[in-house]
Parts: sequence; structure tokens; C-alpha cells
Amino acid sequence: MTLAMTPAIAAAERPLASPLSRPSLPRHVRLHFDPLRQAWALLSPEKVLWPDEVSLSILRLCDGERDISTISMTLAAEYDADGVEIEQDVLAFAQDWSDRMVLRL
Amino acid sequence: MSAPGPPIGILAELTHRCPLQCPYCSNPLELLKVNRELDTQTWLRIFSQAADLGILQVHLSGGEPTLRQDLPVLVQALADRGVYTNLITAGIGVREGLFEKLRDAGLDHVQLSFQGARPETTDLIGNSRGAHVKKLSAAAQIRAAGLPLTINAPIHRKNIGEVQQFIDLALSLGAERLEVANVQYYGWALMNRQALMPERDDVMRVAALVEEAQERLRGVLAIDFVAPDYYAQYPKACMGGWARDAFMITPDGTTMPCHAAASIPHLSFASAAETPLAEIWGRSPAFEAYRGFEWMQEPCRSCARKEIDFGGCRCQAMKLAGDAAATDPACSLSAFHGRILALAAEDSVAQDASMTYRRIGVVEPA
Repeated sequence: MTLAMTPAIAAAERPLASPLSRPSLPRHVRLHFDPLRQAWALLSPEKVLWPDEVSLSILRLCDGERDISTISMTLAAEYDADGVEIEQDVLAFAQDWSDRMVLRL
Repeated sequence: MSAPGPPIGILAELTHRCPLQCPYCSNPLELLKVNRELDTQTWLRIFSQAADLGILQVHLSGGEPTLRQDLPVLVQALADRGVYTNLITAGIGVREGLFEKLRDAGLDHVQLSFQGARPETTDLIGNSRGAHVKKLSAAAQIRAAGLPLTINAPIHRKNIGEVQQFIDLALSLGAERLEVANVQYYGWALMNRQALMPERDDVMRVAALVEEAQERLRGVLAIDFVAPDYYAQYPKACMGGWARDAFMITPDGTTMPCHAAASIPHLSFASAAETPLAEIWGRSPAFEAYRGFEWMQEPCRSCARKEIDFGGCRCQAMKLAGDAAATDPACSLSAFHGRILALAAEDSVAQDASMTYRRIGVVEPA
């Protein structure tokens, strides 16, 4: 079997984050508040991740409805920060998490 | 020693019954018959205690867990407590509509094993004609139910040439993840090591192939690679460290820090059917035995890597160095490392090595 002969493989391209991407959590990833540890956990098939405060504030806005541009503006207002800088940070975050299959673009 | 933090995960082996007979099965040699399995109420009580204890993930495994009629009830109870559930299945003989039922009960994820990427390999390794075709059908049902899918490919000498095809298979089935997991040589796999041990060059070639694919398939398919111990430079952090954040429960409730822990003769293990999980986790002698760093000998004790690999696998140290507190011989710093490299090299070219298939009753329980 060669790569080109398999449609599913030919179609499989790395998703790239853009200001128009509408990120969401994939079906196999779940954000869960752990009452015992008093912390938010990101549950995935083999791993449990403990996102920091900044990651959490981004993840909470990844609802598949808002695009990255909107998410960035919301965060810029919330943190009283520069919108352009925030958007660069959110784009980098989204690309990294998408590459690791814990965010869908 | 201070009290341990809360555990994160449990591997729950609901049954030892299985339609396949893979010669590297991670179940013990002494397989339990159905009359030794815990009933539904007992599992529900254990899972409730687990959630109280801080467990966030339960891997429902076997044997073949879908043989348990109460699987949807167990999934539902875990989901109600917010626990992430991962079903580990061979995908053979799964009842019509079960995956939908499990999805509705709140199942988070399915891991489906393939013994080969080619039908003849899958059928040979599981000793089950038609197994591959049934697995393809199971994968389609899992995806149709909208459940996320990981393909698990245990790698050894008889299928190490199929790794590229495993990657193609995982992509064609719409899987999110692929585990290319070299067989670990305990229990059944240890018994069949001569038939299964791959050659070093093949392992190196596969490691490079996987690395290239991981890069090429970023964001498309996550590929986890488990290196084979015997050819490693450093040991793996077995179970993430002994009784550090995960443990396992066998079909009769025996609760152990890892699959193979019963192979350490001086340890005895409590049953979660009788003893509260918090007590087993927090202060049972078997869990305390190799927790943390106090028990370590040199070269582990003063090693900078001890917080990375926790000295490796206690069971492998027991088996190959004769002392469960020794450095795992998979480590290049172990005095026994040369011996296991030699064993691997010798077994990897063994001619006419036959496989003993995994079956209940091949080895009788004590």
C-alpha cells in the first residue's frame, strides 16, 4: 500500500491554526474539575494534563463557536492586554495543542 | 514515609475470558475462570471508592471486557462520578449495538487491538481465524457510534515488518491514536520470548520509521511508541513508578501496583472486594514496598534519573537480577545489562521456536 493510493491518508493534512479557526475539544478529551485536588484536569486516553491558569482561560473559550480572533479579543479585554500579542499567543497555543491531538481546529 | 498523594488511574481487568489467545498476553499465566470473577455490585462498590480516592481514569480491560454483560452499568457508574473511561477491547464477538449502549452510558474512548496489520498475521497471533475481518468491523462500529478510537499494535518479531502498514491501517480506520508498543517480556511473553524477540536492527529501523511518521502526521494521528526493554539504554518508568499514581485490579479483586507484581514472591496483595481501596493504596505493605526512593540500591540510589524512571521495573529486576529491589537490568547501568542484551540477541535469531498460546488452564492457579 502506498500513501497516494489511500484516500484517507491523502486527505490527512496537519490542521493549521488561523484567526478564523474555531477550536474545540476533541471527543476523546474532557475538561474535569477534580474536587479532591481542587484543580481542573484535562483527561485524555492515556494522560491527565493539569493546564495552568492561562491555558485554562483559553480552553474554556474553545467551544467550536468562537474563532481565535474572537477568543483573543475576549482574553485581551479580560487581562487588559494587547490584542495583537494575545492573538499570537493563542495561535501558538492552538497549533501546539492541535499538533498533540488535544485540540480540534 | 509520608502518606502518598491520591492515585490517578486504575487498570481494571474485569475478566480473564478472551476469544483470542495471544502468546504475549499481559494477564498472568494462572488465568482465573469465570467463577472467580467479582459480581457487578462489588465492582460498583470498588469504583465508587476509587472515585472517592481521587481516581480520574479507569481502563476497562480483560481478557475481553465486552464479555461482561454488566459493562454498560459499570461505565455508567464511573461516568456519573466524572471518571474518564477507556475500554480496551479485542473487538471480537462484540454484541450488536453494544458500542452505542456504551457511548450512551458515557464511555469516553475505545482502544482496539490489532495483532497484525495483515489479516493472516492477526489470525495467526490471536489463533483465531477471521479475527482481522471482525476487528475491521468493530472499528467501523466504534466510529459509527461516534466514539474516539486508538489502535493498539503490540510489536514483536512476527509483525515488526508491518509497522508502516499499521500506520496506514490506523489512518484508514479514522483513529486518533496509534500505539506501536513493543511487547514487554513478562508472563506469557516471557514464556514465548524465543518466538517473539525482535532483532535489534529491526527495532532501530522501526523506531526511526515511527519518528518520521510522528513528525509527518502531527495533528492527524498521535503515535505513541513503546521501546522494547531489552534493547534500551535506560529502563521505562514502569506504571509511572511503583504505587505512585496508578495500580491494577484483577478479575477476583486482587489489587496490585502492576500486572506482574504477583511474580515477586515475598509480596502479598489484598483484595479490593474485602479491603477498602484507600487502605490498600495508603498503607498496604505491598504498595509501600517500592514506593518512593528509600528502598533503592546503587546505582539507582544516587542516580540523577531516579525521578524519571524510578529504577525501572521491579518484576524484571526480580526475574533477571534475582532481587526485586535491584536496578532493572534493562538499564545500561545495571550489572546484569550485558546478560539481557545477550539473551535478546540469542532469542531474536532462535530457529523453530514454537509459540504457546494463552489459554485458561495451561497453567493451573496455585
